[in-house]
Amino acid sequence: MTAKPKIGRIRNPWNALAIHAGLICICVGYLLPFLWMASTSLKTLEKTGEIPPRFIPHPWQPQNYVKIFTHPTFHAVLFTRNTIVIAILTVAGTTLSSAIVAYGFARIQFRGRGILFGIMLATIMIPFPVTMVPLFTIFRRLGDLTGMAWLGTFKPLWVPAWFGSAFSIFLLRQFFLTIPKDLSEAARIDGCGELGILFRVVLPLARPALAVVALFSFMVVWNDFLAPLVYLQRPEQFTLALGLDNFQSAVGGTPWHLLMAASVLVILPVVALFFLAQRTFIEGITTTGIKG
Amino acid sequence: MTQEERQNFFKGMAFLAPWLFGFAVFTAIPICLSCYYSFCDFSLTVPRRAPLWIGMDNYRQLMHDSLFWKSLGNTVYYVAMALPAGMLVSLGLALLLNAKIRGQAIYRAIIFLPSLIPAIASAMVWMWMYNTQYGLLNYLLGKVGLPPVAWLGEKGAMPSLALMSVWGVGNTVIIYLAGLQDVPRELLEAAEIDGAGAMRRLFSVTLPFLTPVIFFNLVMGIIGAFSILTVPYIMTQGGPNNATYFFTFFNYDEAFKFLHMGYASAIAWIQLVITLALTGIAFWSAKKWVHYG
Repeated sequence: MTAKPKIGRIRNPWNALAIHAGLICICVGYLLPFLWMASTSLKTLEKTGEIPPRFIPHPWQPQNYVKIFTHPTFHAVLFTRNTIVIAILTVAGTTLSSAIVAYGFARIQFRGRGILFGIMLATIMIPFPVTMVPLFTIFRRLGDLTGMAWLGTFKPLWVPAWFGSAFSIFLLRQFFLTIPKDLSEAARIDGCGELGILFRVVLPLARPALAVVALFSFMVVWNDFLAPLVYLQRPEQFTLALGLDNFQSAVGGTPWHLLMAASVLVILPVVALFFLAQRTFIEGITTTGIKG
Repeated sequence: MTQEERQNFFKGMAFLAPWLFGFAVFTAIPICLSCYYSFCDFSLTVPRRAPLWIGMDNYRQLMHDSLFWKSLGNTVYYVAMALPAGMLVSLGLALLLNAKIRGQAIYRAIIFLPSLIPAIASAMVWMWMYNTQYGLLNYLLGKVGLPPVAWLGEKGAMPSLALMSVWGVGNTVIIYLAGLQDVPRELLEAAEIDGAGAMRRLFSVTLPFLTPVIFFNLVMGIIGAFSILTVPYIMTQGGPNNATYFFTFFNYDEAFKFLHMGYASAIAWIQLVITLALTGIAFWSAKKWVHYG
């Protein structure tokens, strides 16, 4: 047994108190926008302009949440459905295709693997604004080639996900490398091919990493604004993020109680996921950020 | 290549096939196309017209476009504020969150949370907080006897956007925190026994060990800050008076408002070259200050 490390422990209780005080102040600051959002979302229209503002809404008006579901320019149900459809297709595609590619990078020795892996990592650094114009023309061209519309549909948003995402491939590869090779050798002797090893041996063991990948690709879709803005055209196809922006520009900056209620609706799934899967989030960020 | 090598090569390619195809169609070809378009007069018109080669004209025109210089200046101004602020705040927060005290799990969760929420939602709530008349921030300023601020006015908008970006540094904080766990305890202990104070330990032990992480965050920060678009698009639409008209905004407007795809591609390429150059400088300077333990 090693002795308990003395380092890092704070011996002076006043120092600990000072750190607590500092962190509490910072946390209040970080939480303030959330509290203000929640508070405004429960106010009446008149009370949103009240001076001095009150944190506890009085009278409180939870009906705002009903109103945003029936508002003529904010189709909450439809936008949620659209976002979920895109999310399911994206999460399924990213997870499956990235697992296959990651297996190739992690477990098969071949010439040029190192270079290809380097190229793949470099693509993480290409910002979307740089490729958005040519991608737009490519999807227009794909429309001509395949005889069906791509622009103005969900396809440009989810089809690319089925060809692996660099971030997910990297994360899964790092995880696959930690799975003992003996296990796959045993399966090979039992007559498993590479695909069999991937699906019967590696993937069942890689569930935590698959969860990270699924969670992150869901978050990307849920939070994405630019790609839907570029590719979607008709309001009935809008995602929640796009719908909320459209709602805001349609009603202008006055019904803050409704805008905040809609914002709460948009962040609620994300916040819920975070509290359910906090460890998964942290693992994902640290693997890709540190072990790279 | 031996028989086995060849076999492995084909096997490897088969597994990589989805990515290879995706890389070609959604990354490599777009980048080449973008380069080609940037030398073309290419508008999305009906009926369609093929891109027409015009050489350097787009770039030449950009040099005389006041909006180009304005948006470039704005972007540099924003990066110069948001990047150092984000780096310092996230490092400072990570150090605080690394102290061995109770309740850290809660503090960490709270500081991480804002980085998760959709840009549209944070833009919405900050617009409301920044509201000159009814916003919470001006009310709080009034409380401590300060005059109200036009947070999203011509002067204030840019610092306000940078402030917002500092609110969202949570995942950088988590990366620093993970890096802090890798600083060897024995070294910190030895330094303490040798009489090094907290500050000395920070600068002589902790920070040198953290340099690879700082470097990673610096590179990601440069790329991220240069491609900011969503938040100003929603909050300020580039205004007031183009005060928050970013480079990416210029690109977006030329492409999807005016359908000048050639001109927009030239803008995108300049962004790519600037980002690559800065990343290159960061990599080059890394030799002098990044220690791989």
